[in-house]
Amino acid sequence: MSQISINHDEVDIVIGALQLDLKSFMEEWRPVFSLFHLIIVKDPDLKGELEIPAGFNFDLYTKSDIDGVVGSSSNAISFSGYSCRYFGYLMSRKKYIISIDDDCIPARDSAGNFVDAVSQHITNLSTPATPFFFNTLYDPFCKGADFVRGYPFSLRSGVDCGLSCGLWLNLADLDAPTQALKPELRNTRYVDAVLTVPARTMMPVSGINISFNRELVGPALLPAFRLAKEGNLRWETVEDIWTGMCVKVVCDQLRLGVKSGLPYVWRKERGDAIESLKKEWEGVKLMEDVVPFFQSLRLSTSAATAEDCLSEIAAVVKEQLAPANPVFARAAETMVEWVKLWKRVQTQ
Amino acid sequence: MAAIEASKSSTPLLKDELDIVIPTIRNLDFLEMWRPFFQPYHLIIVQDGDPSRTIKVPEGFDYELYNRNDINKILGPKASCISFKDSACRCFGYMVSKKKYIFTIDDDCFVAKDPSGKEINALEQHIKNLLSPSTPFFFNTLYDPYRDGADFVRGYPFSLREGVPTAVSHGLWLNIPDYDAPTQLVKPRERNTRYVDAVMTIPKGTLFPMCGMNLGFNRELIGPAMYFGLMGDGQPIGRYDDMWAGWCTKVICDHLGLGIKTGLPYIWHSKASNPFVNLKKEYKGIYWQEELIPFFQSATLSKECTTVQKCYLELAKQVKAKLGKVDDYFNKLADAMVTWIEAWDELNPSGASTELANGSTK
Repeated sequence: MSQISINHDEVDIVIGALQLDLKSFMEEWRPVFSLFHLIIVKDPDLKGELEIPAGFNFDLYTKSDIDGVVGSSSNAISFSGYSCRYFGYLMSRKKYIISIDDDCIPARDSAGNFVDAVSQHITNLSTPATPFFFNTLYDPFCKGADFVRGYPFSLRSGVDCGLSCGLWLNLADLDAPTQALKPELRNTRYVDAVLTVPARTMMPVSGINISFNRELVGPALLPAFRLAKEGNLRWETVEDIWTGMCVKVVCDQLRLGVKSGLPYVWRKERGDAIESLKKEWEGVKLMEDVVPFFQSLRLSTSAATAEDCLSEIAAVVKEQLAPANPVFARAAETMVEWVKLWKRVQTQ
Repeated sequence: MAAIEASKSSTPLLKDELDIVIPTIRNLDFLEMWRPFFQPYHLIIVQDGDPSRTIKVPEGFDYELYNRNDINKILGPKASCISFKDSACRCFGYMVSKKKYIFTIDDDCFVAKDPSGKEINALEQHIKNLLSPSTPFFFNTLYDPYRDGADFVRGYPFSLREGVPTAVSHGLWLNIPDYDAPTQLVKPRERNTRYVDAVMTIPKGTLFPMCGMNLGFNRELIGPAMYFGLMGDGQPIGRYDDMWAGWCTKVICDHLGLGIKTGLPYIWHSKASNPFVNLKKEYKGIYWQEELIPFFQSATLSKECTTVQKCYLELAKQVKAKLGKVDDYFNKLADAMVTWIEAWDELNPSGASTELANGSTK
């Protein structure tokens, strides 16, 4: 396990509640979550009272809180569905934020041990990343590993880690067409590694099991990319993929690292891939434009903060992608509104 | 379960398309352990050091063996590009091979076991890696999407799911890790016990340290780039042969739209070399690599470089122009790179390397 001593006061665990009954979710995570402060944000479209078991230290935000804070920007920024968690990020004042979907429970590793996903995320965020040269033994800062022969010494101190992307056993984060084609496919492979995704390499960041350094990249975790028929299943959204690419561009610009790999969570069965596929797969189609766009995006040298980077990205999105599809135009607008909102809330 | 067994046995042997290249200076006893996996294949043994020594090859293997006298005879004056008293001499084996695929392994590498205790057929895994595409343009968070039990994740564009041909399969090592001398001195007891069950493509534009201990590659796609440089006897540096080949190969693969995978298979690396001896060999490299890395990171090849040989010769020019001032060694190395290509083309006439337009898939 990690040898990092965790300062619990530096961590917020943000949960977007897309279902009312959080009891089994919270009970499964109790050994870990009970040690930290939680921010629970109820999907503003969800009607009814959340069921949260006793014994947790948490703040709960609902639609009225969101409306109260966001005020006049509320028509530009939607916090519905999976995007409700972003309100939690906005409200947090902690250094590290960890966010896990409410249909995921702790996983077990190959030896059958309980995986403390929170601890692993914090380890990932608080140890250096190595984006400028690939280490073939993966994370060199992990116990029992190191930099291999041929790794330049000047690059061995690494850089700060801005984002840590975890993985999922059982129901992996595949898109609807893939899961529909292979309905029996479950992820049973526990890959015991964390690695830094190299600089300028783009990747699909899944929001299911994620953590970040709010002080370094906070505003870049934003709700912006909403599909016309966005739903409450990950198969019916790509908002996290868009956000993830913004974060990666920001990290590359600010010379921060993005890690991927451990920890795993166990993702429970939910929904039907074929049903999701029947509805709409706009998200899948849009990726064809989104990915090349981010791959070729270059920011100006003067963009020195996450906010600056986001403003520049929004401007380029408006110029290059918006003409093709209103989804992009809305995304650009939302990004601009979000940066304003973030700045306003942070100074309060 | 049945499906998994069936897919395992369906990996083609490629026994007439693959050569196993082994450099050795001591003996080949290690082959006994590999016999169940290696026996179907042709071996190319490159004997380093004293050519008057007889290297005994275990019974039952089909092989050709080359010592220094053979290398000198076959290459004549061009033999100067092949290192002496260094395992870098193995690249001579790549040059004389007539096969499509090469697997190279060190003589202190044995069969490893996976976490279930099963012996790992490293060669079979390399073949799987080489026969399935790579995905260098966009990172798949579930690693190699073509492996059983994996796939592309949500958000991965469909237009990139065909992948590109895999040129290199870089395997890893359990037990003695491939550390440099300073790290070995600081952590003499560290052993790699972590079995990471993944294969992944190294993204385009990213360099890595390529280890030649457990390596497979498609000789037709990338062979001429696998020159292991001037090392060993009479040279100011050692233990950078595979590094050099790896950086050149990665730049060329990125240019030609080919992929490099790393991860499985694991072999069991048994012998820890002497860290003080290693330090002497490496120490110039430790300084030089600070110049080499920016050089390779910023190296660009012109559109006219449509074959591996053209790419390599272009790189050789750049090495001379930009690294010659770091040390005269690089002038010699650049010349040796040219000699290597000349020798390669002589031994492999008319299109052993396929012409590929930039970025096109084969």
